[in-house]
Amino acid sequence: MSMLEVKDLTTRFRTDDGVVKAVSGVSFSVEKGQTLGIVGESGSGKSVTCLSVMGLVDRRNAELEGSVMLDGEEILMAGEKQMRDIRGTKMSMIFQDPMTSLNPVKSIGWQLEEAVLVHHDVTRKVARERAIEILERVRIPRADQRVDDYPHQFSGGMRQRVMIAMALINNPELVIADEPTTALDVTTQAQILNLMQDLQREFHMAIIMITHDLGVVAELSNDVVVMYGGRIVERATVDELFERPQMPYSWGLLGSLPRVDVIQERLEQISGQPPSLLRPPPGCPFNPRCEFAMDICRQELPALENFDASSGHQFRCHLGTETRAEIWNAKRAAMAAEMSAA
Amino acid sequence: MGTFLIRRTFWAIFLFIAATIITYAIFFLIPGDPAQLACGKGCTQQQVAHVRHFLHLDDPIYEQYGRFLWNLVGHQNLGRSFLNRVSVNYLIGQAAPVTASLVFGGAIFWLSLSIPIGVLSALKPRSLLDRASMTFVLIGISAHPVWIGLILSFVFGYKLGWTPIAGYCNFFGASPGSDCGGPVQWAYHMLLPWCTFMLLFAALYVRLIRANVMETLNEDYVRTARAKGAPSNRVLVHHVLRNSLLPVVTILGMDIGLALGGAIFTETIFNLHGLGQQVITSYNQLDLPVIIGVVVFSTIAVIVFNLIVDITYAFLDPRIRLS
Repeated sequence: MSMLEVKDLTTRFRTDDGVVKAVSGVSFSVEKGQTLGIVGESGSGKSVTCLSVMGLVDRRNAELEGSVMLDGEEILMAGEKQMRDIRGTKMSMIFQDPMTSLNPVKSIGWQLEEAVLVHHDVTRKVARERAIEILERVRIPRADQRVDDYPHQFSGGMRQRVMIAMALINNPELVIADEPTTALDVTTQAQILNLMQDLQREFHMAIIMITHDLGVVAELSNDVVVMYGGRIVERATVDELFERPQMPYSWGLLGSLPRVDVIQERLEQISGQPPSLLRPPPGCPFNPRCEFAMDICRQELPALENFDASSGHQFRCHLGTETRAEIWNAKRAAMAAEMSAA
Repeated sequence: MGTFLIRRTFWAIFLFIAATIITYAIFFLIPGDPAQLACGKGCTQQQVAHVRHFLHLDDPIYEQYGRFLWNLVGHQNLGRSFLNRVSVNYLIGQAAPVTASLVFGGAIFWLSLSIPIGVLSALKPRSLLDRASMTFVLIGISAHPVWIGLILSFVFGYKLGWTPIAGYCNFFGASPGSDCGGPVQWAYHMLLPWCTFMLLFAALYVRLIRANVMETLNEDYVRTARAKGAPSNRVLVHHVLRNSLLPVVTILGMDIGLALGGAIFTETIFNLHGLGQQVITSYNQLDLPVIIGVVVFSTIAVIVFNLIVDITYAFLDPRIRLS
């Protein structure tokens, strides 16, 4: 049984301007102890997907459809009470900006203790010991003293460690990390990613890693989901996606990846703007920016089709099998040529 | 902490001297003869000159100011009224409790009204309650306290007879020459003045608290708290309110300090002999020592309450405490 199984998840927000379809019919699953990467640019629906799973979207203006099974239990339509019991214990979340994600007027210890106390009937003293222990696990030096410090006394990287500690303090089976390294500088990013890998081995939890950085995905994930315009446009194992991406947006993502081993004049970019979720373009959501767009792409949304019988590699594209293979081979050859020229 | 206190002390002294000098300057710039007024209508020129000399009004202004400062600093003495030679210390001592009753009681009223309304309407924006409270805010800000006071005392005091129409009762025992006194009578007499005085503040605070709470609800750390599985009441109290009410502390301290200088309109309507009414009366009689006395009192009130705000804030917000 999968740790998390999301089926046909649709999240719409009612706004003054109309209904925003932030997530449309998204399905994916995460196995126990495995890591799923969700890749996409800002506004592709990856964060809303995870907030919907966590039950953290504002129910007053959001409509949710589909199914979310956590460890075999349907939770999408669960009541607030049930979700509260699940959040922070069975699944927890690490947010993007550690600068603003901690309460500025409460000590780190208080905030960690709170996570224990809302779920377990223990004394504050026990909770505090647990807080110090978890701070040591995320390698915060002098944890027993720093536990009484306030968020503003920590650096960005240290705060993100605190956020990770808070997510792990109740031994969750699933951790959703929403761009955990985006707000950090590059050296700190690597430290945090390494830490998360180590902790995953220690705690055996499943991770959903939301990111716009394919490098992060390559390092951490087993499977990747590529999202665009609120939909899944490609899904594969990491190796498979880097080896045989099947649609133009994924090609663009791979082409825009900076590499230290190649001297590039300039990075490839995907031109144009992400689609409006309020008034999405007809047909394939990527068609306005796609250099290979055909008439059918502007009329019909391509179905999510299997690349082959066994690998589970799926994609959306109207281009024919041979055309796709040709284009990707040409692109890869160009990249390889650049590499050998360097 | 040491440099903070030294800086604050210097700032307080500067503020105090500036406020009193400006009051002196304005007093001598406005037309009118204090000696003539103090002497009375039937006085001869000679008698007026005598009074002028007696009150030291024929001395240079800086000498008069120096004498005032010397008496205040050296003897904690604000001098005597030009008009009836009553000690200003005594007059302030009589008027200040009246104004303080009005201001502190009013503050309790407006806080206990505006915090729940502000928070609830922030939690349910566009709801019936929110729209009703925004209407209340609009009325509270637009309506003049004189009009509100008159309406209240007409309806509740005169028509319905539920409350006294005007007047003040001492909190501790009966004042001489009247049989009313004690906490119950005091509160009974203050009921309408409180309602009148607090309405403007309540309206402003509802708007302030509503905006602060709405802003804080969208903070990332509130989402973090919910992601932890904390119940919504807990999130509201420990994460939302704790942060969104911080700025209210600052503004409350400043408002109380300012209002202690006299709530002129409310005091006038309900015939409360507080500082505001005292200063109006003294101004009409060009009674400088009393005017200066009220200025000194309210300046000290502002200074003290700003200090209280800073200390409270440092206590409530660790970012200020430690940096």
